[in-house]
Amino acid sequence: MAAAEAKELQQLPLVLGDKKYDNVTRDIIAPVETFPKKLWWIAFSVALTVFGVHMTAIAVVVGTGLGLLGINNPVGWGTFIINFVFWIGIGHAGTLISAVLYVFRQQWRTAINRSAEAMTIFAVACAGIFPNIHVGRLWFIFWAMPYPNERGVLWPNFRSPLVWDVFAISTYLTISLVFWYAGLVPDFASIRDRIKESDAVQKIRKSVYSVLSLGWVGSTRAWAHYEAMAMILAGLSFPLVLSVHSIVSFDFATSVIPGWHTTIFPPYFVIGAIFSGFGMVLTLLIIMREVFHFQDYITIKHLENMAKVTMLTGSLVGLAYSTEFFMAWYSGSPFEGFAFINRMFGPYWWAYWIMVSCNVITPQLFWFKSIRTNPTLLWIISIFVNIGMWFERYVIVVTSLHRDYLPSSWDMYIMTNWDFAILIGSFGMFFTLFLLFVRVFPAIAIAEIKMVMKSPGAKGFGH
Amino acid sequence: MSARTQVYGMIAEFESPGALLSAAEKMRDAGYTTFDCHSPFPIHGMDTAMGLKRSIVGYVAGICGLAGGSFGLALQWWTSVVDYPLVISGKPFFSYQAFVPVTFALTVLCAAIGVVIAMLVTNGLPRLFHGWFYSSRFTRFSNDGFFVSVEVGDKRYDPVKTKAFLESIGGTHVEVVQGE
Repeated sequence: MAAAEAKELQQLPLVLGDKKYDNVTRDIIAPVETFPKKLWWIAFSVALTVFGVHMTAIAVVVGTGLGLLGINNPVGWGTFIINFVFWIGIGHAGTLISAVLYVFRQQWRTAINRSAEAMTIFAVACAGIFPNIHVGRLWFIFWAMPYPNERGVLWPNFRSPLVWDVFAISTYLTISLVFWYAGLVPDFASIRDRIKESDAVQKIRKSVYSVLSLGWVGSTRAWAHYEAMAMILAGLSFPLVLSVHSIVSFDFATSVIPGWHTTIFPPYFVIGAIFSGFGMVLTLLIIMREVFHFQDYITIKHLENMAKVTMLTGSLVGLAYSTEFFMAWYSGSPFEGFAFINRMFGPYWWAYWIMVSCNVITPQLFWFKSIRTNPTLLWIISIFVNIGMWFERYVIVVTSLHRDYLPSSWDMYIMTNWDFAILIGSFGMFFTLFLLFVRVFPAIAIAEIKMVMKSPGAKGFGH
Repeated sequence: MSARTQVYGMIAEFESPGALLSAAEKMRDAGYTTFDCHSPFPIHGMDTAMGLKRSIVGYVAGICGLAGGSFGLALQWWTSVVDYPLVISGKPFFSYQAFVPVTFALTVLCAAIGVVIAMLVTNGLPRLFHGWFYSSRFTRFSNDGFFVSVEVGDKRYDPVKTKAFLESIGGTHVEVVQGE
């Protein structure tokens, strides 16, 4: 009885197959050491082309003016703000995996944290473009930074959430980059030490990875400082990730627009961000594990855990939607009440119902283990999550603005081709960066995987 | 050429993390001080086995965070109260509640950059050269090799005795690392 119970309680191993440390290094570095095949080149050229469209469209819009876009009065915030919030949100899952799960000692994070962090950085980079081009005069964006200037006694208004955003997002990007790079150093050393300097190309690779690995020799003294640093960085990123999307939500919540002016916004935005981020992690990793044969490292168990997080956060997002409705009714404010009825049944009813069905209903399928453990179905549902979360931001931004207090100001928001080009283009940028990442950097944290696997040869040793 | 050859120390290979851990304890007990262990991943309990002190990087993070946060708050106070006082929505000039996000962001930013710099400085990184790189066997430390290294500067270092000792505690492929 006791033995059977103990066996049942024993968890599935995090790394499948009877692997030695050498196999782990070999398997994970393989995509970095081999020349990309046709599939990668096709994906990369498509992504790069779309990225080119992105940059061209941005250049035209910045050069011509914001009149090319669908924004008008009263809908002064359009796709740029929608995409900004969307991409920032995507990033949150990476930090959650790398920092929050680290602090809670969740060992299953080791297989997915590297690529999730990469996703964070690329998503925040995509997001960072949008507020800059949204201001219209990109060349004055540095005015948001506080510095003694030649314009007289003039400082940014620190009571403005838009200035908070500047600090929150740039801090978030910097810390994510630093955390990611610090984690990569030992793995760069693994790549460096495997290179045989047989020809000129290999010599260049050796120099590049030597510099990137900073001369790491894996000494215990170094690991001691390194682990202390990783714990502190995780501890710092934990509150940071919660603050970043809270501050993004303040951009909305501190205004007096019906549908925006609510105290639920910070937690609602943070949960939505984690939800959308896990959706994107699933989208990326399910493809990556197939293409690079990482099934033994990113196991079904990992996918299932992510599906569970997605289901939980999706349900919380649903709870937030209904709380908003309750508060709109309970507040007794006719403007609030109108804003929410209008969301459901107004001219943008379709966007609202796409949002609800993708974000609240589809994740409920994860109650079934057969769906949670099926990579194909998981991938399809993750796409729904991505779509749903984009529409959530669309609903929040557009439906609240298009009906102003004065009915004479009412207007509709219609996206132009430039809006679409920049929206789709940002995905090109994201995938270009991600495709480069998986070929140049180890996509799974090698040293951390070795920590959580059962150590071969040593009896009774392990974590 | 041989006149310029320099000896950096001695390295020995061990089979597993567990073997490295017990080797570290024996090295510590034998009185070696400038020895180190090299492994592809951090091994728990290794710092006590080697007799290391707790890392100081946490204190650096704390100090940098405090400095960053204080600077952030002082910057907002000075610009909003002293240099450029402006009434916004009838709020007080020093409306500290609104100053929390920027203060927090700068605290975290400075603490994080501080802790990374502290890690690099305490570990002597980045470095372009390390004596152990002369050993071709040593490159396995980043894959599946577990090594103990003794620097030539250790007061107990002796070409014969140290080699014998490393072998007696289970080390294999003991080699003297030297290069130009």
